Amino acid sequence: MINLTIDNQQVQVEEGASVLEAARELGIDIPSLCYLKDLNAPASCRVCIVQVEGRPTMDASCVLPVEEGMVVYTNTPGVLAARKQIIELLLSDHPFECLTCERNLNCELQRLAKRYGIRDLHIEGERNHFLVDDLSPSVVREPDKCIRCRRCAAVCESFISANVYRMVDRSFQSIVAPAYNGSLMESSCILCGQCITVCPTGALREKDSTARVWEALANPDLHVVVQTAPSIRSTISEEFGYPVGTPVEGQMVAALRRLGFDRVFDDCFGADICVMEEATEFIERLKNGGPFPQFTSCCPSWVLFCEKFYPQMVNNLSEVKSPQQIFGALAKTYYAQLAGIDPAKIFVVSIMPCVSKKYELLRPEMKASGFQDVDAELSTREFVQMLHQAGLDIKKLPEEEFDSPMGSASGAGIIFGSIGGVLEAALRTAYEWLSGEQLKRIEFDEVRSQEFKEAVIHAGEHELRVAVARGTGAAKMLLDQVLEGKKEYHLVEVMACPGGCVGGGGQPIYTETNDWNEQINHRVKRAQGIYELDRNKECRKSHENPVIVKLYEEYLGRPGGPRAHKLFHTRHVSRKLYAEKPLLVQKK
Amino acid sequence: MNKIMEDLDVTVAKIKPEERHILLCGGVPCLSVGCQKVKEAISRELSEHNLAEKVQVLEAGCIGNCKLGPTVIVYPEGIIYRRISEENAREIIEEHIIGGKLLEHLLHKDEKTEQAQHRREDMPFYSKQKRLVLRNCGVISTDIDSYMSNQGYAALAKALTELKPENVIEEVIRSGLRGRGGGGFPTGRKWQAAKDAEGSKKYIICNGDEGDPGAFMDRSIMEGDPHSVLEGLILAGYAVGAEQGFIYVRAEYPLAVRRLEAAIAEARKACFLGKNILKKGFNFDVEIRVGAGAFVCGEETALISSVEGTRGDPNPRPPFPVHKGVWGYPTVINNVETLANIPPIVLNGGDWFNAIGTENSKGTKVFALAGKVRHAGLIEVSMGTTLREVIFDIAGGVPNDKEFKAAQTGGPSGGCLSAEHLDLPLDYESLRAVGSIIGSGGLIVMDEDTCMVDVARYFSGFNREESCGKCTSCRIGTKRMLEVLEKITSGNGDEEDLEKLESLAKLIISSSLCGLGRSAPNPVLSTLKHFREEYMAHIKEKRCPAGVCPELTRHFILEDKCRSCGLCTKVCAEGAIIKEGKNYRINPDKCVDCTRCVQECPFKAIKGRKRKELARA
Repeated sequence: MINLTIDNQQVQVEEGASVLEAARELGIDIPSLCYLKDLNAPASCRVCIVQVEGRPTMDASCVLPVEEGMVVYTNTPGVLAARKQIIELLLSDHPFECLTCERNLNCELQRLAKRYGIRDLHIEGERNHFLVDDLSPSVVREPDKCIRCRRCAAVCESFISANVYRMVDRSFQSIVAPAYNGSLMESSCILCGQCITVCPTGALREKDSTARVWEALANPDLHVVVQTAPSIRSTISEEFGYPVGTPVEGQMVAALRRLGFDRVFDDCFGADICVMEEATEFIERLKNGGPFPQFTSCCPSWVLFCEKFYPQMVNNLSEVKSPQQIFGALAKTYYAQLAGIDPAKIFVVSIMPCVSKKYELLRPEMKASGFQDVDAELSTREFVQMLHQAGLDIKKLPEEEFDSPMGSASGAGIIFGSIGGVLEAALRTAYEWLSGEQLKRIEFDEVRSQEFKEAVIHAGEHELRVAVARGTGAAKMLLDQVLEGKKEYHLVEVMACPGGCVGGGGQPIYTETNDWNEQINHRVKRAQGIYELDRNKECRKSHENPVIVKLYEEYLGRPGGPRAHKLFHTRHVSRKLYAEKPLLVQKK
Repeated sequence: MNKIMEDLDVTVAKIKPEERHILLCGGVPCLSVGCQKVKEAISRELSEHNLAEKVQVLEAGCIGNCKLGPTVIVYPEGIIYRRISEENAREIIEEHIIGGKLLEHLLHKDEKTEQAQHRREDMPFYSKQKRLVLRNCGVISTDIDSYMSNQGYAALAKALTELKPENVIEEVIRSGLRGRGGGGFPTGRKWQAAKDAEGSKKYIICNGDEGDPGAFMDRSIMEGDPHSVLEGLILAGYAVGAEQGFIYVRAEYPLAVRRLEAAIAEARKACFLGKNILKKGFNFDVEIRVGAGAFVCGEETALISSVEGTRGDPNPRPPFPVHKGVWGYPTVINNVETLANIPPIVLNGGDWFNAIGTENSKGTKVFALAGKVRHAGLIEVSMGTTLREVIFDIAGGVPNDKEFKAAQTGGPSGGCLSAEHLDLPLDYESLRAVGSIIGSGGLIVMDEDTCMVDVARYFSGFNREESCGKCTSCRIGTKRMLEVLEKITSGNGDEEDLEKLESLAKLIISSSLCGLGRSAPNPVLSTLKHFREEYMAHIKEKRCPAGVCPELTRHFILEDKCRSCGLCTKVCAEGAIIKEGKNYRINPDKCVDCTRCVQECPFKAIKGRKRKELARA
């Protein structure tokens, strides 16, 4: 243990801790912008500078290791003045667009300016002007608002392994950007949006779809159907003052009705079908001897990652579409027929924790119904924005039920929202089909824990080796081991984002901590609500969901059968890492 | 040790000094004025006179007196002929080599006394220097045989036979040698720290990323005496316990890279590099890493990033490179000149070196003299030599009867000294005390025609450009500082701007991530301190006293339009138009704005502005 003095107070911390962490022990919050503990510590923003006795200059406390007997001052007039000046310098190259910025009131730079009482810029000068990159259907990059903290680069490198962002150019005009400051669409980006969730300012945001949805809702000719992703029912709550992870399914349904959606359906219904199809495909592969491992394909960023970084492995991806696309295809065929509505007049909106889904719905193969299966996607943040615009407070709304038939889901469909959930849901079904026995214990705890990497499940005569990759970075390591022949698996779930969909790139941005692990913990906490909903469900296995059983009996035939195949299956393509042409040509 | 050298079976000394041979300066300044053609012409002439076998023509490194190039030295007499062209080759061979006659007209003559100077000893430029690091530069050829004939690799042989690694470190600590790259950290202590650091591997890096504008000390050493750098590097490796060294050279130094590559190949062949060096069980090899020319890569942590193959961005210290350097292993980074000092220290002992220099700054320092001095070039003096001795005695003072105004030391990280500092001894502490640094040894002399605000603006522009952009203070701070300076030099400054400059400078120094930022404001602060009145003239009187800042000069000559016809000097009644080299310039203190020159200039190369307009602008 190391003893040191900070602002005249004694503190004892472990060796290797930084001065910033030691100060926190004393309740002193040294401000920071670039720092995200255990993810990003370039010491580049300089906001966390402190004065150490005996040192000629100030030091960035985020990377300054504690030393025995060190005497630190965090708020002398000199330190405060320098800190203020640094914030002023940052502001002198920052557009003053706070009122019209997406991150207004949730911006770390803005909060810092308020905290330090910046009233006037003592020094101003030329500002950088970069082009806004809005070529991607998912992520908009506005480099003028970038403060060069490199958090996006760090999360993209360490967690996602897509390595999109780097410092480009040098000195004043240096910028964190894709290679050559090009568009994300020409880069190795997999559109997961994790960069958005760690950006302290509004330099990164999702592409707005709210206008399009408002328009559709107002159009009397359109029958607007909404599907809600599993995770959002427990993540919108934190935006309305609930504790993190509080499930608010009923209020959410009520809110959607009040927004004017003609039918409020559940994407978990699509997830249940996804389980049926994927489990069937898995059993087929077991019969045919592969190819293994079978990768889940619900996460479009993971699919894109595989297509770009491991094009030789695309045949290992499950050919079943994601729940969003399954739902869309079904809405414009089965539901249209059932309700007697012209599918051309049906407008399918999905509310997802994701920005990648905006890209997925535009993929050319996603037209199984003869129309674009899903018309628009709203991220959780956009959904919350619409609720605010409409003056709807979740807390004040009654609980309502989803519409039928596509609103009835099993618990298996709901846990899709958490990492490991897809695998667990698939196992609940595959186990019973393979072994012919009832599951004694529904919850596969072995695939839930945060430390979980791989497990062996005995299902009848089969010994199933399964794994979950938490983030595409983990997937990369797993894939490399598989390719080297060091590991063999039957079924692997991959989610691009930390914690799975509850930590998705479209979820509420949590800026209360500069500790990456705490950020992940926050995201994991959101999953509690999902598991709670699963526990309270009577039906917790997709293949026992009576609506699903009926759907197959009356409309689809058998799982993996011709109709199911036409609607729910797709082929994945090998792509170049750096697209010569943007992946999609965006429709205006 | 001597036995080892004898056993090596290296043909020692191709040329003995007493034998007749011709040495050419092959430094870049001489190359740029055509020394290769001279060499060819001399060789041709020798063949024609059937002397090619008897008289060897050798190319040496930079001999230092760059303004006299191309330079030819005829041995054994050691006669120096200056500014030689191809046409002179014949007379040198026929009259001097064959005829034994001195070619008076090719000798350098003292500017004041008109006395011809025959040899180095006759030239104050050389006689007042103390050349330890440059001991071989311009004296011998750059090959390994020449180097070995001059005690080359004797230090390595001594170390491997007689000294343990810790003894080598002891000698270096005793010598008092401090880093020559700018920081001045004691070299021995750095080695000791790296030796004590835990790591399965250790690395030594020679920092040859010399980036200061106008500096060419390291380049000249690498080009002129590559083996001394190499020997120093091997000795460092031995002392610290490293088996791999890197020489980091900028891509702008292709000749240095070539000569280092040749030296490495020679040393490998001679068993000074590779496995089991001199059969003493010590393994060490060297790789050259060519940098892309970013100034910041001279900073240790940025250099490490670059050696590792990533963008040359600096990283926070601690951890210091001696604990966690290249790929996380303990790494010593020494400057070229520091390493070139090592072989003589090991050979002659630390005490010998310690006797040279001042109390806290031991040994010598190489300076690259540039700017307004008669003999610009490469010099080496004992630490503690005064600025006056360097500028006036060695370099021959300021030409064209101009007044000395300032000397800029330490490049963009250094500061400007004024005439009152002429008697300041050049050492680490003295220069730091007046707001400059010895730096890597750049020394730019300025005369009365230099605008100090413009100098500050120039160096600030350099620093702004070379900031890597990582930390806020340096990225935006240097830009804002430059903007304020530009505001002043364009005549729009006000007194508040000086406060802004000072406060920005203070911030950048105290809060930047790396050494580049922490020293970037030095040129501004030192000029503000020593030449504040010039800033005030720009701000209050809207006048550039040196007549450099175009917006503040009432009448000025457009360099791109001027054809140097000289008509303006003839029509100017005040004698305000001065010829400077090929260019002409109007001295604003003499000019009375009569506009005669403007009317007479046939190329419309003279422009004038009214002072009132300036005040408004």
